[in-house]
Amino acid sequence: MNLTINNFHYPMSRGAVLAALLLIAGCQPQLPETARSGLVYCSEGSPESFNPQLVTSGTTIDIISQQLYDRLVDINPDNGDIIAGLATDWQVSTDGTSYQFTLRDDVSFHTTRYFSPGRNFNADDVVFTFNRITDPLHPFHLQGGGVYPYFQSVDWAGLVKQVEAIDSSTVVFELQRPDSSFLSNLTTDFAAILSAEYGQQLLADKQPGQIDRLPIGTGPFRFREYQKDILVRLYRNNDYWRGDTQPEQLVFDIVPNNARRMAKLFTHECDIVSYPRVAELELIAARPDVTVQESTSMNVGFWAFNTQKPPFDQLAVRQALAMAINRAAILQAVYYGQATPAYGILPPTSWAYNDGLPAPVYSPAKARTLLAEAGYPNGFTMDIWAMPVQRLYNPNALKMAELMQADLAQIGVKANIVSYEWNSFRQKLGNFEHDSVLIGWAADNPDPDNFFRPLLSCAARDSGSNRANWCDPLFDEIISKALLTANQQQRRALYLTAQQYLHQQQPLVAIAHSQRFQAISSSVSGVTINPYGGISLQHAARVEP
Amino acid sequence: MTRYLLRRLFLMAFVFLALSLLAFSLSYLFPGDIVQNLSGLRQIDDSQRQQLISYYQLDHNILQQYLAFLTRIAHGDWGQSFASQQPLLQEIQLLLPATLELASYALLLSFVIGIPLGIVAAFKPDSFVGKSISAIAMVGYSLPIFWWGLLLIMFFSLALGLLPSAGRIGVLYEIPHSSGFMLYDILLADIDYRSEALYNALQHLLLPTIVLATFPTTVMISFVRDAMLNVWEQNYIKTARAKGLNRGQVLYRHGLRNALLPVIRQIGLQFSTLITLAMLTEVIFSWPGIGRWLIDSIYQRNYPAIQAGLLVISTMVITINMLTEILHAFFNPLARRG
Repeated sequence: MNLTINNFHYPMSRGAVLAALLLIAGCQPQLPETARSGLVYCSEGSPESFNPQLVTSGTTIDIISQQLYDRLVDINPDNGDIIAGLATDWQVSTDGTSYQFTLRDDVSFHTTRYFSPGRNFNADDVVFTFNRITDPLHPFHLQGGGVYPYFQSVDWAGLVKQVEAIDSSTVVFELQRPDSSFLSNLTTDFAAILSAEYGQQLLADKQPGQIDRLPIGTGPFRFREYQKDILVRLYRNNDYWRGDTQPEQLVFDIVPNNARRMAKLFTHECDIVSYPRVAELELIAARPDVTVQESTSMNVGFWAFNTQKPPFDQLAVRQALAMAINRAAILQAVYYGQATPAYGILPPTSWAYNDGLPAPVYSPAKARTLLAEAGYPNGFTMDIWAMPVQRLYNPNALKMAELMQADLAQIGVKANIVSYEWNSFRQKLGNFEHDSVLIGWAADNPDPDNFFRPLLSCAARDSGSNRANWCDPLFDEIISKALLTANQQQRRALYLTAQQYLHQQQPLVAIAHSQRFQAISSSVSGVTINPYGGISLQHAARVEP
Repeated sequence: MTRYLLRRLFLMAFVFLALSLLAFSLSYLFPGDIVQNLSGLRQIDDSQRQQLISYYQLDHNILQQYLAFLTRIAHGDWGQSFASQQPLLQEIQLLLPATLELASYALLLSFVIGIPLGIVAAFKPDSFVGKSISAIAMVGYSLPIFWWGLLLIMFFSLALGLLPSAGRIGVLYEIPHSSGFMLYDILLADIDYRSEALYNALQHLLLPTIVLATFPTTVMISFVRDAMLNVWEQNYIKTARAKGLNRGQVLYRHGLRNALLPVIRQIGLQFSTLITLAMLTEVIFSWPGIGRWLIDSIYQRNYPAIQAGLLVISTMVITINMLTEILHAFFNPLARRG
């Protein structure tokens, strides 16, 4: 410390330093109104797009979804029930293939520098929004590449026959077959409602690409500016139909570095920090000016095998590898004990959770026997791909891979750890260039289907999000059957079977369900963690000291 | 002087030729697809590829490709960034002012502090003050800047909570972008929180400027001190003293002028070091300048951006070097010979 002081006196003279300190400490000016009621959320990355239809990353969803947009229906975060959003009411036909929504007529889209709405939200906007996803002739369908990852993973185009406006406040979705997860899919952050009028204006201006860059929604905040890799600035939407939006200004400060995000929280440059490192939680909790919030979250971290590639196409090999892994050590070292060990991919909080699944066994000896039976008495060499980013379901994939490397060496398997920059990583995964990968999934809605279909169905394999490259007709049949009925008892029975089947087939090894944390400055109130999706900052308010 | 200028310009032309050849060859030397490296486009379909090949004249010989490259650079078509898919020149125009702002304040600070301290140290080189200044200069010279920056952040931001740890201005202050120079933009902006914003921006500037100024200041101190001591030994000083002028008069009229002349040259030489250090400073303080951008680009293997960054920074360094050389020659006729 002595050294610090000495160094500090140089190069300024002692007097100048004193004067500067006095200046800094002495005359702290009053903050202007826009800054005083503004909030800063330090985000771990830049948004990929400003249209939730086009993205899957939680970082982007946190920034754009709940703040800028509304959905037809929402989820009550307390009990997982479906509640009214832009639709006040909905009716399902008796055969379950037609959903009629009654819409609010008092909702206006954002007024910004680039768009002033000429009419209120109506059924045309709903048709415009959902046709963009399914209709190849829609003028905006191919904008942004024509890829709608979430909707493709649930086979939306194969499900929704048509979306039709009956009158300005009534819209009907005709489905090809009954699907009990349909409403849940509408509640996800991806099903945001866009403005048809804004679309027309952009077409007239020949600027269709702007629709995903300069967003117009109905949410509690409106878009102001985006400086790439620096910040996203939103203003309050004073005409918000739910009313009661607290911050006048909301800034997402983009700080990818963990330590720096923490530093900014401590210096009060950030009010809210997403995903503090679990290792640092104790340090944060010890500070009086910061609160740590915690919530169980619907997610799973797993190790997926490329089941089309030998030797991972052999069940015995997959089982052997699963047995070779010491999960207890992983939970301690990677999740710092802040996670529940996973028996299957579905978290215990789900209503379809199968509590009859046997606990995973850790037995290198048995694993070796299995390998020998499969024809690999001397083991083999394989790659473990570790995702390069920190996610809730896997806070440190690299460390996990290193632990597994040591475990696998015990049974004679030599594992190489592979990692790429995140974008190329996902691209290469989509091409199934991997042997095995450490990755995970966070649910977007409370429906159990959200774990099975996007992760392990044949459709998901074709869209590239099935990391196990696994397509099993029997499994697909079970999870499709579960969608055809609205009877929860029957669905539950089918999902229990699906979990049992996954346990037998072992296309992936589920590792942990982790808790979600966020650190908030004590001077901010009204922020809660939503277990089913992105954060909403509508009610966040600064408490005057 | 004209002959000197011509000779300098001739030399500069060669340097730029070499630089452009290097930048040009990078597209070919970087791994990956040449069309992607040149255009910065991530996904190229077949018909687009044909268009690009003829646009970049890749079907012609290497000389024509080089000429096409020069034409494109001159016309401002620098290709796109792999990471953002935005035109590179546009990105650089947004980032460069931040770096220039930081670097110029640091340079200014190093003069304001370094020159007087150097003179004081030379005036009484064996006194306690003179020795302390030299010692401090030595310590400052050998401080690793990232360590020094983090130390200041730890002390002033984290422990005392007096100064912000990152960025150019509090993110809640919205400053309309006009020139890219923050202080100038604030003064120009039509906002009712101008003085608060200015104060906030100065707070953000303080630590990075001090960190970046540390090295050039120490160099300046030692340089001015040595130059003064050297001049002090000259016969004309002794003559002046013998004529009866007092120490102060001699120092001001004869010593300073002659000692400070090489300092002009020093600016040019310092500038390249300054830019290198600015990159580190920008990373430490999350300063959104071209240095941080370039380092990010290197991590992301963003080849078009690395090429453009190299071109801009080298051009800047060479130009400033040349300008100070010429300025030096203008003030010092001796330098025009040789």
